[in-house]
Amino acid sequence: MSDEKNKSDQQKSGVSRRSFLKASGISLGVPLVVGHRVINVNGQEVKLYGPTKTSITLTINGAKQTVEVEPRVTLLEALRHELDITGAKRVCDRATCGACTMIVGGKAVYSCTVLAIEAQGKPITTVESLMQGEKLHPLQQAFVDNDGQQCGYCTPGFVMACKAFLDKNPSPTPEEVQKGLGGNLCRCGTYMGVRAAVLQAATMHKGGKNHG
Amino acid sequence: MRQTPTVQSPLTLNEIYAALAECAGDLKIIAGGTDLMVLANAHQLEASNFLDIWRVDELRGISDEGDALRIGALTTYTQLIRAPLIQQFIPALVAASRTIGAVQIQNRGTLGGNIVNASPAGDSLPVLAAYDAALEIGSQRGTRRVAFNEFYTGYRRTVLAADELVIAARVPKVKAGERDFFCKVGTRRAQAISKIVMSAKAQMNAASIASIQIGIGSVAPTVMRATQTEALLVGATLTPDLIEQARQMIANEVTPITDLRSTEHYRRSVTGNVLTKFLRQIIEGAEAR
Repeated sequence: MSDEKNKSDQQKSGVSRRSFLKASGISLGVPLVVGHRVINVNGQEVKLYGPTKTSITLTINGAKQTVEVEPRVTLLEALRHELDITGAKRVCDRATCGACTMIVGGKAVYSCTVLAIEAQGKPITTVESLMQGEKLHPLQQAFVDNDGQQCGYCTPGFVMACKAFLDKNPSPTPEEVQKGLGGNLCRCGTYMGVRAAVLQAATMHKGGKNHG
Repeated sequence: MRQTPTVQSPLTLNEIYAALAECAGDLKIIAGGTDLMVLANAHQLEASNFLDIWRVDELRGISDEGDALRIGALTTYTQLIRAPLIQQFIPALVAASRTIGAVQIQNRGTLGGNIVNASPAGDSLPVLAAYDAALEIGSQRGTRRVAFNEFYTGYRRTVLAADELVIAARVPKVKAGERDFFCKVGTRRAQAISKIVMSAKAQMNAASIASIQIGIGSVAPTVMRATQTEALLVGATLTPDLIEQARQMIANEVTPITDLRSTEHYRRSVTGNVLTKFLRQIIEGAEAR
């Protein structure tokens, strides 16, 4: 075991990746926090994250935040558990229901199936970004006006899916709205209200109001 | 104690090859994560260490190679849906991509991921089967090309060696006058895994079928081509009688199982009905002209 430990200490001087991994597995008990390491694999340099906690920087709602997570941690868990940004909800945890939807790099994604380390370097937008002071975003107001929520648990994800949809398609037809929101489920059955809200928000946008 | 996973993040194809050569079998390649992360969250993933290839831009993009399109393995369904080249030359792949998951999945899921995940229900796979696609497979030992229809060797088994990666699919363009088709039958429009999924292509010569290729998913251990039914149809005059024969033949040719999504009986029947839909469309299209 002490041999392995030594190898771990010498990893920069060309220890093979396999023995390095064994060594780091054994040293798991040490609460190390590091950024990624660059390891040499067959003459190629590759970034290696983990298995211990890694310091990563995420750009969330315009602000850079540094967080220490194991590389297996999802974007959703990093925000909810480490940064206390709890708008996005963990519901199915299997890329089906949409309650965890965030906009990453301009695209709606299920944050339960994106690794936090993978989301570095891209703007991450959550429902928390929408309100300006006490003023609801027009899309949020449209949800209120059209009863687009009942229990409200799916709503933050739904709102972000709608936001991404309207950003891409500011003047949708009702059919396009229906197709564009297929990735979000509401067990209360508020779909009619959500569709109406999207159409209202689109109309307000056309009327020249700020659509964020 | 269960070891927590490491994640390697290569930036180039050569780095991927090196990592796979060094650690073949111990690494799980992850791209968009739409299949693997679901398993990981459910603690059903055995491999502990990930090779995250999402940042390797060499694996993205669609290029025109004359009679075929080359589609990089990391091309997402959203990119396929929006690409004018795919819309023009492989319309069935656009139709298939639109039925995969929903927007959030289409933004992350990749064609290469659908291929190597090797699910019999992968919705892009019948298109690649019907179009006689070829796969480019790379490793530190070099690259090779494998016919898509020879890629799968059994349920979730492929010809890929442990150090190899699917880097692109080469899909022949639809030819002038050729009809292409895609139909997925699932529980609902979005987010459903197929009960049966079919893609087909046919070239008519007046009233007879000059060529036809039929790819079907979710009805066998792997995506399959309905070669017996194709043989019945090629060279024959397309009549309602022939369509009925083909419907019965294909229902017997497929080998579905009963599982949580559907029954064997339903899958056989609906496979026949979906083929009927395509063949009737051809007749109606000819009459409309």
